[in-house]
Amino acid sequence: MRFIFKTNYAQDINIARHSGDRLWYSLLIILMLTMPLLIDDFYLGEISYVCILAIAGIGLMILSGYTGLASLGHAAFLGIGAYTHAFLLTNGIPFFASIPIVIIVSFMVGALIGIPILRLTGMYLAIATLALCFIAEHVFIKWEHFTGGNRGMPVPQPEIMGMSFYDSATFYYVCLAFLILSMFAAINILRSPTGRAFVAIRDSEIAAQSLGVNLGLYKALSFAISGAFTGLAGALLAHYIGYLAPDIFNIFLSLTLLLLIVVGGMGSLHGTVFGAIFVGYLPQLIAICRDYLPNSIGSQPGLEPMLFGLILVLFILYEPLGIYGRWVKIKLFFQLFPTYKKQTFKKQKVFTKSDRV
Amino acid sequence: MQLIQLIIDGVASGCIYGLVALGFVLIYKATETINFAQGDILMLGAFVAFSLIGVLGMDYILGFALTVVIIAVFGFFLDAVVIRQIIGQPPFATVMLTIGIGFILRGFASIFWGTDIFSFSTPFSGKITEFNGLIISYVNLSIIIGTAILVSVLYLFFTFSRIGVAMRASSENQLAAYYMGIPVKFIFSLIWSISAATAAIAGVLLAPITLVDTSISLIGLKAFAAAVLGGFGSIPGAIVGGIIIGIVEQLCGTYENYLFGGIREISAYLVLILTLIIYPRGLFSDKAEVKKV
Repeated sequence: MRFIFKTNYAQDINIARHSGDRLWYSLLIILMLTMPLLIDDFYLGEISYVCILAIAGIGLMILSGYTGLASLGHAAFLGIGAYTHAFLLTNGIPFFASIPIVIIVSFMVGALIGIPILRLTGMYLAIATLALCFIAEHVFIKWEHFTGGNRGMPVPQPEIMGMSFYDSATFYYVCLAFLILSMFAAINILRSPTGRAFVAIRDSEIAAQSLGVNLGLYKALSFAISGAFTGLAGALLAHYIGYLAPDIFNIFLSLTLLLLIVVGGMGSLHGTVFGAIFVGYLPQLIAICRDYLPNSIGSQPGLEPMLFGLILVLFILYEPLGIYGRWVKIKLFFQLFPTYKKQTFKKQKVFTKSDRV
Repeated sequence: MQLIQLIIDGVASGCIYGLVALGFVLIYKATETINFAQGDILMLGAFVAFSLIGVLGMDYILGFALTVVIIAVFGFFLDAVVIRQIIGQPPFATVMLTIGIGFILRGFASIFWGTDIFSFSTPFSGKITEFNGLIISYVNLSIIIGTAILVSVLYLFFTFSRIGVAMRASSENQLAAYYMGIPVKFIFSLIWSISAATAAIAGVLLAPITLVDTSISLIGLKAFAAAVLGGFGSIPGAIVGGIIIGIVEQLCGTYENYLFGGIREISAYLVLILTLIIYPRGLFSDKAEVKKV
């Protein structure tokens, strides 16, 4: 096990904790950068999709994993991001000017919705965002001037420095760059006073309030920041899909994002990437399951939601910290070998908590 | 006259929302968790009733009763085996768990019964009665009367029966109830089973109108609007909220041209958001006020 001896204050604010971190993350980034040389276009597209999912996952993770608020409506933010971006590009705004506008718009929408609703405690946010998701989908259908309605809306593929987005390597690098930028932004937000306030709210609202955290403000801020990240992911998703239709941004997409953060690991940014890989390859996983099951079950369309639900339930019940939690346990097992105790991660006995005061 | 006709239709569909909302409220009052799978339990109820009545050819009343019993037992074990494991976890875990269960139920239904749309004959199908020029179908009448009976039975149960009082005590204060010798865990499972049974009744009553397929589980989501409007935590509130939502939906559907297209489908959600913004404590809340921060 590695003990970190801190010899100066700068170490406290380093993003990489020690030389091992620096080595492995640099190797990972080099591997990601050389990826287009190693694999062919189809798989590159898949990885771009995983990057987009991870950005959206970061957004939801800040809200759910760090502030402890459940949102069932994040597909709405993906939709807002995608449509705003496509609309701006169609009207001749360049790509790099459009992205900041998308981020600001999603941030504002998140704040506008968040301010009235987040003042309520308890489960109301989950219910309200559920309603929001349906309303947003409906607006995408009906506001034809802006979204093209049910006919859909083509997304222009811009060029960056002479390279077209049709080239999957270019698009891959754009997605990867935004993922790395989002990761850095999220890490920095989460270790700033704002991020600390989020975590305090998650762990105990009463304690956070006693320490002077303005609950309403910080919850709304969390919702808005989360919306901004998700909006950015939506803008990239628009390029990935190529043709926007309102029914893409339905409740199922919101739930997929929730599955992503639960499977990846609540309350860890690593988890968003693990979760994104899992969710990105879930369709292939289901296809494999279909092959192994008897034909009468394997060919049913209901198999997908069923597996989806089953994975969700099993993770919540047996591995609440997700893939990242499992990884931490395995790592600790080898670090402490042979003195690892199972009790280290034993779930504490908990009792019903009440919102009623 | 047309308005009254619309209101009657609205009341009928509103009763269904009310029954589903009642299920939310019962569980919320007792355990402070929200069951997002309520609509899927309704769907399961409708499918079980279809199997018993439509496929096995059972008598309607007998099939209805048996369905309610089956779903109630299902609800009991759902709590005892699955939900209880995450007591005390943050609300997020419960939300995700019940959503997951909902997906499993929906997937199971579409694997077991297929994705076709089914219907089964009821004694009410296709019959109407006329009253002062108003046309009331027997199906709507059965829903309204069924809801009235169910609510009265529940009222009597919670007011006079020993176990009903025990339930109210446990939802008021778990610890005190436990010290008084009430088996709180068993009582909670029982509340889940009552809530599941209400959803099943709603499902069977609804089956003649919407027919049976997996999409009827979406009613569970609209019923949230009813529960919130009624002030989450009040039983009469759930029913009244449901009826208001039903009427609003009918009116929006008819006067769609004066408002904007397709408002009917989202009217319930609009009411939900507006209630939360303007008057979050709801119409019948027993709490003094929803806690605000």
